[in-house]
Amino acid sequence: MKQFFAFVQKEFYHIFRDRRTMLILLAMPVVLIILFGFAITTEVNNVRLGVYAPSQDEMTRRITERFASNRYFEIVSIVKSRDQSDEIYRNNEADLVVVFEQDFQNNLMHTGSGAVQLIVDGSEPNTASLMQNYATSVLSQFQSEMTSTLPSRTGSFTIIPQVKLLYNPQMKSSYNFVPGVMGLILILICAMMTSISIVREKERGTMEVLLVSPMRPIGIILAKVVPYFCLSIVNVITILVLAVFVLGVPMAGSIFWIMILSLVYIFVALALGITISSLVDNQVGAMLASAMGLMMPVMVLSGMIFPIENMPAILQWLSTIIPARWYITGIKKIMIEGLPLEYFAKELLILCIMGAVLITVSLKLFKNRLE
Amino acid sequence: MTAVSAIDLEKSYGKVAALKGVGFDVAPGELFGIIGPDGAGKTTLFRILTTLILADKGSASVVGLDVVNDYKEIRKKVGYMPGRFSLYQDLTVEENLKFFATLFNTTIEQNYYLIKDIYVQIEPFKKRRAGALSGGMKQKLALCCALIHKPEVLFLDEPTTGVDPVSRKEFWEMLRRLKEQGIAILVSTPYMDEASLCDRIALVDDGTFLGIDTPRGIVDSYKEIIWSVKAPGMPKLLKALRTIPEVKTAFAFGDVHHVTVKSGYTMDMLKSDLGQKGFRDVEVEKITPNIEDAYMLLAGK
Repeated sequence: MKQFFAFVQKEFYHIFRDRRTMLILLAMPVVLIILFGFAITTEVNNVRLGVYAPSQDEMTRRITERFASNRYFEIVSIVKSRDQSDEIYRNNEADLVVVFEQDFQNNLMHTGSGAVQLIVDGSEPNTASLMQNYATSVLSQFQSEMTSTLPSRTGSFTIIPQVKLLYNPQMKSSYNFVPGVMGLILILICAMMTSISIVREKERGTMEVLLVSPMRPIGIILAKVVPYFCLSIVNVITILVLAVFVLGVPMAGSIFWIMILSLVYIFVALALGITISSLVDNQVGAMLASAMGLMMPVMVLSGMIFPIENMPAILQWLSTIIPARWYITGIKKIMIEGLPLEYFAKELLILCIMGAVLITVSLKLFKNRLE
Repeated sequence: MTAVSAIDLEKSYGKVAALKGVGFDVAPGELFGIIGPDGAGKTTLFRILTTLILADKGSASVVGLDVVNDYKEIRKKVGYMPGRFSLYQDLTVEENLKFFATLFNTTIEQNYYLIKDIYVQIEPFKKRRAGALSGGMKQKLALCCALIHKPEVLFLDEPTTGVDPVSRKEFWEMLRRLKEQGIAILVSTPYMDEASLCDRIALVDDGTFLGIDTPRGIVDSYKEIIWSVKAPGMPKLLKALRTIPEVKTAFAFGDVHHVTVKSGYTMDMLKSDLGQKGFRDVEVEKITPNIEDAYMLLAGK
């Protein structure tokens, strides 16, 4: 056991004394997340609002006034016809258009419910969801006030907002990049850095000396993997902290399961790294194998950039063997959608199986001798 | 029990035969030299004996253990210093030594007496990264690391290649002292002058052993008439010597040429033959052969 710890300590020395390694390990995740952070606007001000009220009644006027007095909204145009509302969108004059139904007041007074459509510019999903929330809250506030001031006459009012997103109806959020970045960084650190560090020992001839020692080859490998395992966990935590506090990504699901899924994924990536290290003989080879064999597929096939549903069947099929695909999907389900275990059990299971297969393969491939 | 025993070892890399059937024994506490040029198969032999690669044919044992079946046990009992510097350049001298001590389940203190003579020379630099050491210092550190667990057999693959003459001399003195600790040492070198420092040597060329004996024995078995020849214009002289039918072999050897001649051929005859070819002031001397002469003869070059 003492040997093992001495080995792990040595491995940490290697990492901490190599600036490039340190940079990749610790700075890259932060930089990537911060970059995405700047790309996402989390505060919404001065939403340019268009209003279309065909009935021009008291209720619509009062609601319009509410919007006008709200500090987030700025009414830029009162639309005269339905067609005109499309036009101001096309000219990029408004971010959100409130469309009241015909006879809004009449319906509200007599049936107790009135429909309002909120047409939202969805090209920036994050902003869109915020705008939509603000607008809905203005409406619901008005509704509750109306209900409390006029209780006896009609019982209750219900204003039903219907949201219509233009340009990006599926709400493909930039949040989706957070799981993607996690998937990418972890595979990079675990697989690439481990394989390089093992191959470096081969290349420099130190593997020869290590093999001719009482330490079992499996021990050598495990000791090489431990530091990267630790650093990966640090990275997962860093990314999560940055995602929540800098990017304001909603942490809808359980942190516990995010960590569990991440640990399994890290394990898969490490096993991949060990496998690569057995197949190549030099650092350049390890780098290429990791970059071409892992990074590219992760970026292209995992759904991080291109939605898997839109891919040709053959690529969809290919994407199923990419561990990152399952990890990213799983993390999205937990983190963004906040789903319980039964919804991501499939992803977790697939990653566990991949891990088991890969570690078996990598240990089979690892040579007790030089050839 | 022998420290190392090899029987008919053969090893090929594809079509290239690196070892073509070599066998030898090394006794405990013996300093055994494997002498031969680059590409003779020395490293392959060392790797087979240190269980790093498998021989195609033949068998070998180290401290009585089979290199194939008992490789795990062997790895606990031998020290190995590969040809190229194989320590961690980004670790300091002290960290390297400590790491290898721990790797072999021992401590620096426990076996300090073994490495003391060597380590005191590099101790002033113990906080320095190994990569920043000179060639000689690196080899001393590598030797310390290979020795720290008190191995029963020490394998040193070309430990003095690329090391300055003074450090080489010191290195060999260290090996002589280690031998007194009862450690069997198997050392390979391309330098013929180091052969005489071994207890016994094996001359190796192109994957075969040309002879195994004490350095004295190797030289004594040399039965040729050997002279050193010197004259102005040495490169031309060598060519001229090789054209004389009575001269069997002629080699450049430092600032003289060593020639072997057929019996009956005298120094005066050589001088007159060379005189006819236009060489003046020819000096011919009878010499006692050295290991390199023996090697050249055995290798048939």
